Amino acid sequence: MAEDGEEELVATDDDSEKQGRLNHAIVDQGCTLLRRMEICVAEAEKRNGKNAVNMQEMFTVYLIETRPMDAVAEGRNLSPDSLWRRYSEFELLRSYLVVTYPYIVVPPLPEKRAEFVWHKLSADNMDPDFVERRRVGLENFLLRVACHPVLSNDKILYHFLTEERGWKEVVYETGFQAKAESRLKALSATFRVRNTDKRFVDMKHYSDELQSHTSQLLRARARVADRLYGVYKVHGNYGRVFSEWSAIEREMGDGLQSAGHHMDAFAASIDDILEEEEHYADQLKEYLFYAEALRAVCRKHELTQFELEMASQDLISKKQQREELATGIVRTFSFKGMTNKLFGQEAPEQREARLKLLEEMIAEGEETVKEKTVECEEHVERAWVDMQRFEEQKDKDLREALINYAVMQISMCKKGIQVWGNAKDCFLKM
Amino acid sequence: MSGHTVPADFSGHMLDLDEDEDLEVFSKKTSTLDGDGNLVPNSPSSLVNQYRLDEEEEEEEEQHANTIDLFITVDNPESHVTAIETFIMYRVLTKTTRSEFDCSEYEVRRRYQDFLWLRSRLEENHPTLIVHPLPEKFVMKSMVERFNDDFIETRRNALDRFLKKISEHPVLSFSEHLQVFLTEPELTSYKKQGPGFLSRMGDTVRGLANSVRGLKSRPDEFTHMQEYVEDFSNKICSLDKVTQRIIREQKEYLDELKQYGPTYTQWAGSEGDLAEPLKGVASCVEHCGKETEEQTQHLSEVLVPVLHEYVLCAETLRGVMRRRDNLQAEFEAKNEALVSRKTDQESTLTLMSLYSPSA
Repeated sequence: MAEDGEEELVATDDDSEKQGRLNHAIVDQGCTLLRRMEICVAEAEKRNGKNAVNMQEMFTVYLIETRPMDAVAEGRNLSPDSLWRRYSEFELLRSYLVVTYPYIVVPPLPEKRAEFVWHKLSADNMDPDFVERRRVGLENFLLRVACHPVLSNDKILYHFLTEERGWKEVVYETGFQAKAESRLKALSATFRVRNTDKRFVDMKHYSDELQSHTSQLLRARARVADRLYGVYKVHGNYGRVFSEWSAIEREMGDGLQSAGHHMDAFAASIDDILEEEEHYADQLKEYLFYAEALRAVCRKHELTQFELEMASQDLISKKQQREELATGIVRTFSFKGMTNKLFGQEAPEQREARLKLLEEMIAEGEETVKEKTVECEEHVERAWVDMQRFEEQKDKDLREALINYAVMQISMCKKGIQVWGNAKDCFLKM
Repeated sequence: MSGHTVPADFSGHMLDLDEDEDLEVFSKKTSTLDGDGNLVPNSPSSLVNQYRLDEEEEEEEEQHANTIDLFITVDNPESHVTAIETFIMYRVLTKTTRSEFDCSEYEVRRRYQDFLWLRSRLEENHPTLIVHPLPEKFVMKSMVERFNDDFIETRRNALDRFLKKISEHPVLSFSEHLQVFLTEPELTSYKKQGPGFLSRMGDTVRGLANSVRGLKSRPDEFTHMQEYVEDFSNKICSLDKVTQRIIREQKEYLDELKQYGPTYTQWAGSEGDLAEPLKGVASCVEHCGKETEEQTQHLSEVLVPVLHEYVLCAETLRGVMRRRDNLQAEFEAKNEALVSRKTDQESTLTLMSLYSPSA
């Protein structure tokens, strides 16, 4: 049935070829949710509605279609279940996942605003090309999440895909927002932590490099695209001149006219070429954003490690206090020590009470340390597994992306050769 | 153009305008060999032939080679320094079997000014013929160094083509000025002779006066010719501009490409398995850059000079058309003067007969 499912998946897949290959690869890895249902983001529509501050605004919604996999496999042509979601809901889903699974490198969403634009590309969020590319990006996000060994089992995810109404309330009810770490706390941990696992230090460093390199690459690519566009379009002027010139020539007229048409075709061809290149750019962008997700996992490690260190530190100091209280020897400076000196020792009953309290606190503290140790170790273990998985996925995906890019370039050159070959024939025949 | 009718549409025969009845139409020759044995085109159709690798062309080649009796090359540019200025001297090599020449081989050194002199002499002595243009003088705005190697090479090439065209011309190649140019070691004494400045002034003044008065009626064929020359001139100028624009855009593209490739290499530095493919892409981008650079250079060095030459040819043609117009205007003016004098004469005679005492 798995094989049938695979074929079905590839056959009924969305237009993007990349999706087809991604799906194929996903099912190979044996993912859970995607085995049970087929998911796609089919359309995008503009809607009018009220936003958070009760003002009218225009926004885009995306249609999510799902179909049970066994129905697909059996060839039953069920019409898919569908619901509409807007980008902000996707954002909410992702925030929830990030907080709930801090040891997972959570797949990123497509960019909120168009970045790395070059002059012909519009930076407008309502631009149809942008909306289309975002649709593809959102589908990609869902597929990645649905095929993740851990994330795909999440109930909220399932809910997101199947129940249109009331989903937001259910998410808020999980209280995930309370668990979200404050920025300040995380920053503080980063600076003050002492013994981070070396692998995480390296991974964090790598995520910085990945981010900087991909963004540099994307910026340079956008500039190259801009210039290439200029070169191609100027050739259109040849077309115009040849056309006008052919009108005044007798023998050369036909040749010039045809050559002019080829030049026009050449100038026009750049639009499609660069459109295709945008898909390549989007693939790189995904990993640019993945770098942030990777860094988040590393930060979580720093945080858990830091909390463990704090808890241990706290426990040690409490034990010290107990010792001092029990033996009467004051080794470290304490307020109590000072007041004892100034106002005399306290009564034995008070000391007893205090000792008892301390014992309780120490017991609690030991529990806390145990918890934190477990938390930290678990995080490290699980995160390491997912980071390995991520690295494999990254290498594979980017390799494919580069191959596609090369194929694109070859095809572009071949088209160029054809056009110029045709033009040359026209000139030869003149 | 003695009695020879030029067809109204002569786009295919542009270079025939100055043919004489009994001489060969020189434009039939499609190409000649220059000093390096490369094919050099003489006409629009032969621009095409340059890229054709037919055997047929090689045969034509050989046949043609057998009929050249005056073969000139320009090469070996060298810097020449004097107290007052520095300039470039070119070597002009002539091989000939013509009887007018005392020897069969000559070698002289000439500078750009000498070429200017030769051309102005030819134009003066043969105002009805089309004399191939010379490369332009050095213009500051083009921001090219005067003694830049590329500039010198381009100019040398153009000077070579100029002399080759002249040498092939059925009338101009027999000019005594050409002979002097090719054979005399020192040109200075010859340069001082001749009508020179004043006559050229006269030409311009007459030209202005005539344009003010306007032509009575231009024969149709010349009107068509004029229109065609105008249009052609515009088109070839546009082509020249478009090509230069393309070269500029490609250079900017190349600059960005040079920044783009290294981003892949940098990225490869932090990757494991992915490093190889990334470096691969970087080297491909570099390669593409080199090819584009070569192609851009080729455009500058090959296409632009040729287009430029035809821009100048078009200007020369316009000059010739203007001269023809001027001559016609002068002719008309003189005719009018003659007619009015005759009328005067007649009326005077009539008056005299009225007032003379009858015999």
